[in-house]
Amino acid sequence: MSMLASEPVKVAEESVFRRVLLLIARHRMLSVTVLLLVFPLFMPYTSLAINILVLGLYAVGFNLMFGYAGALSFGHAAFLGMGAYGCGIAFVKFGIPWLPSIGIGVLVATALAFVMGYLAIRTRGIYFAMVTLALSQLVYYTVFQARTWTGGDDGLRGVNLAKINLVGFEFNFLNPTVRYYVIGAFVLFALWLLSRILESPFGAVLEGLRENEARARACGYDVSRARLIAFTLSGMFCGLAGALYALHLSIVPIETLHYTMSGLAVMMAILGGMGTFFGPFVGAATILLIEDLVSLWTVHWQLFVGAIFIVFVLFFPKGIWGSLLERLRL
Amino acid sequence: MDLLLTQLATGLALGSIYVIVGLGLSLIFGMLHVVNFAHGAFFMVGGYVGVFVFAKTGNFWFSLVAVPLVVGVIGMAVERVLIRPLYGRNIDDPLLLTFGLSYIFVEVIRITFGLEGIPFGTPRELRGAVDIGVGFIPLYRIFLVALTAAILIALWLFLEKTSYGLIVRAGARDPEIVRVLGIDISRVWLFVFGLGTGIAGLAGFLSAPIQSVNPDMGVPVLAEAFVVTVVGGMGSLVGSVVAGLLVGVVVSITSLFAPDMARVSIFILMAVVLLVRPQGLFGRKGAMG
Amino acid sequence: MKSEKKTIAGISRRNLLASAAAVAALPVLPSMPYITRAAAQDTGPIKIGFPVPLTGPFATEAQDQVRAAQLAVKEFNDAGGANGRQCELLVRDDKLNPGEAATRTLELIEKDNAHFICGTLSAAVQLSVNNVTKARGVIYVSISQSDKISEASDASPVTFHEAVNPHLMSSAVARYAVGKFGKKAVCLVSDYAYGHENLRGFQRAGQPLGLEILADLRHPLGQTDYSTFLPRIAALKPEILFLANFGADLVNSVKQATDFGLKDRMKIVCPTLLYTSRIAGGDEAFEGIAGAAPFYWGIEDKIPSAKTFNDKFKAAYGGRYPSDYGAMGYSGIRQILDAVKIAKTTETKAVAAAIRALKYDYYKGPQYYRACDQQSVQSVFVLESKTKNKRNQYDVFDVVVTEAPDEKRLRTCEELGHKT
Repeated sequence: MSMLASEPVKVAEESVFRRVLLLIARHRMLSVTVLLLVFPLFMPYTSLAINILVLGLYAVGFNLMFGYAGALSFGHAAFLGMGAYGCGIAFVKFGIPWLPSIGIGVLVATALAFVMGYLAIRTRGIYFAMVTLALSQLVYYTVFQARTWTGGDDGLRGVNLAKINLVGFEFNFLNPTVRYYVIGAFVLFALWLLSRILESPFGAVLEGLRENEARARACGYDVSRARLIAFTLSGMFCGLAGALYALHLSIVPIETLHYTMSGLAVMMAILGGMGTFFGPFVGAATILLIEDLVSLWTVHWQLFVGAIFIVFVLFFPKGIWGSLLERLRL
Repeated sequence: MDLLLTQLATGLALGSIYVIVGLGLSLIFGMLHVVNFAHGAFFMVGGYVGVFVFAKTGNFWFSLVAVPLVVGVIGMAVERVLIRPLYGRNIDDPLLLTFGLSYIFVEVIRITFGLEGIPFGTPRELRGAVDIGVGFIPLYRIFLVALTAAILIALWLFLEKTSYGLIVRAGARDPEIVRVLGIDISRVWLFVFGLGTGIAGLAGFLSAPIQSVNPDMGVPVLAEAFVVTVVGGMGSLVGSVVAGLLVGVVVSITSLFAPDMARVSIFILMAVVLLVRPQGLFGRKGAMG
Repeated sequence: MKSEKKTIAGISRRNLLASAAAVAALPVLPSMPYITRAAAQDTGPIKIGFPVPLTGPFATEAQDQVRAAQLAVKEFNDAGGANGRQCELLVRDDKLNPGEAATRTLELIEKDNAHFICGTLSAAVQLSVNNVTKARGVIYVSISQSDKISEASDASPVTFHEAVNPHLMSSAVARYAVGKFGKKAVCLVSDYAYGHENLRGFQRAGQPLGLEILADLRHPLGQTDYSTFLPRIAALKPEILFLANFGADLVNSVKQATDFGLKDRMKIVCPTLLYTSRIAGGDEAFEGIAGAAPFYWGIEDKIPSAKTFNDKFKAAYGGRYPSDYGAMGYSGIRQILDAVKIAKTTETKAVAAAIRALKYDYYKGPQYYRACDQQSVQSVFVLESKTKNKRNQYDVFDVVVTEAPDEKRLRTCEELGHKT
């Protein structure tokens, strides 16, 4: 009796949920905007929300190469790191204002991505992953040794942005809420740009490439060129993430360039759902949130992170977001 | 000049550790097309199992036999329960799964044996240094070179001269044909995974007299193992051997002339090799896309 | 297909707009704690944020830091606190990662409204925490080694360096070893700030004593195999081998130097001879190794405050002996709380002034802060590892030198870039 009564209600609930999710998937920019606005409310603290924004953007940038162009890179920490160092060094050592400093960070990362891509693009599969890993290790080593500019292993300190002037108003950048919305605006802009790129003919070429490289080649596309462009763009987004990271934390740790950071991008993208627009963001939020919360009550937080990876691979192979989308389409 | 020769000799001894470390990874990848990110964790577990067995029995040689067996069985259990459902799926899936698994292994070891690691001395019968004509090298390092050679010969004999080895090799080339011939290929894979992880565990125990054991000891090993297998060509056993020794010598010679570049030198080596020969020294073209 | 999309979008857009409107005002909320921060200063519990590397290679030391810090907090609270205000220790895992540490420090300041920060165990991590606290004017007592943090570029009126620093430790080792064991030395240096700073300190203190450095070999941080360095060191035939590396790197290099037979031919010394490393490395590997330490429980024979601290620590933790880094954690927390009692407030300026004026002796003899860089002037001990005549299994060192606190042993204020 009660079961019969509850049944229709449940269906209705499910369909609302389903509709909201579909809406998010289809109206990317509208939903991203709304989500970004309310996101800090659901987070334990604002600085963590900013980390998720920044590393989420990093994962999204990585996913452009991995999920859309179909090439696994283990060297993306180089772009995150050089974005951060580029911005940080411009700001600290040259006294350049923060806004152009961000631009410099992005430029440095993009240029590096072009060079690394140019060298690595002719390898495939796991070898591509390893070439990018090796090249990013060279970047790590160079930055580590260039102590006068980078601070070496002590990290670059003093990226202290206290006040910013926007549209005639002065904002206190040390206030976490201000910091969140300023950085959020950049992330929003980057996502909009990415969304446009994916909807452009170039986005279609990329997907064609991932699905069937031979056919794309047969259709007359310059596959190597498309991959190189994707890699460079991917580096650009990661560079922006790095520059924002530097301003948020007010330091650039050498760990930003470490290969574990490259690994983190891979894990965030796969866990969230590679090749989906929001997947990497969901992955970033999941990993960072779990690490943060679980490490508050046990030092054995890695046990939980490990178990979650295993459970998701076994039961939700398309990642969290990818699996959700797939369910909705059933 | 003497110094250079000693350095070459230590390089080869160091290389033999790289060889065993890379071997298991390459074996599993070559046969199963699984990129095992838990390789370093199996290495670490091997170290702990060995130190534990040694503490109980006091016999180094017995521990040496027990470690690959125990770790191999753990590996087989992992293959059966966790990896097997993933065959036929995207190559990223086992990668993420084994990555998660390595976290769990490390944490379980921390909970069981504590955070600080356990000291482990060189076994009594293998202590001391030997004069090799150009300088002194610890006896234990020479033992490592000999043991590596023995493992390689045994593995080669097994793969080339036994009928089971034939099935393994055939399974790597074309699993479908093997299946059609009525052979249960999943049992072959189970065995290969056990073999690969067992060798990783053995390598962990062998490095215990050099660096003792601690929960994080597998982390650098994973990167080194990947460099070795990739430089040699993923899936090529000959490649692992050559690349392992090469990496050892490169690290050793760099330590002599530019010691602070010792770590990065292996990545420079990898970048150069892959840029010249994208499939690695002995890799088949087209493997892994 | 197309019509379906339209209806779904149509219905949900209305819902969405409604909920969007509802939450539009909410983003203001998270900023509230930050705004009310100043007001919350002088009521409620005294909150001290304590970021330490609970996971990672220094987890053992970090656990001891927490134990000792909790001991200081418990003492304070049991004695009635300050003006009835109790202390609350907020322990966070910095994962030995400067980025994580910065985030955690932001959490402690922005969300938890921590009044003070104390902690960390790594040069890079403490500099990162310091960067965050400095910009926000929050008191930070650092309990980890670094030369850099005292330099004008990083120092701050609200940063106090309670820990010893590489300069102090390595120079103590040089004063002990150079001459006594010979004058020709090879330095095996971990290639990062800690290694470089120690090499500099060893060199400078050794020079007047006739130290001749035959070679300084840099090895990458986290090296596990030293076989490629050791034959060369043997060939150079030094009388002293100075190992400027830390933690697991020290344990591994000492162990392998033993295997390569270097110990019979030269004296091995290191700038930081950690109690936990010594226990983890075992008797055999550490036999004959000398080095400096900020604290070792065995100094209790001569220093009463050490005896008091050891006894309290053992009573609280089932007979366990405190480690060096743990002891610094105790001192870091206790001085903050003593300063709060003196200042009768948690207000930053008053507490900082009180810490600056402290003359304290909590665990190792008298200490005070030098005015220019707020580095704690303190005693340093040189230890010889021992394997025989042990009182118990934790009795692993002989204290061979006690260097009394002396500003002259620190680098000068001018050299650090401070105006005098």
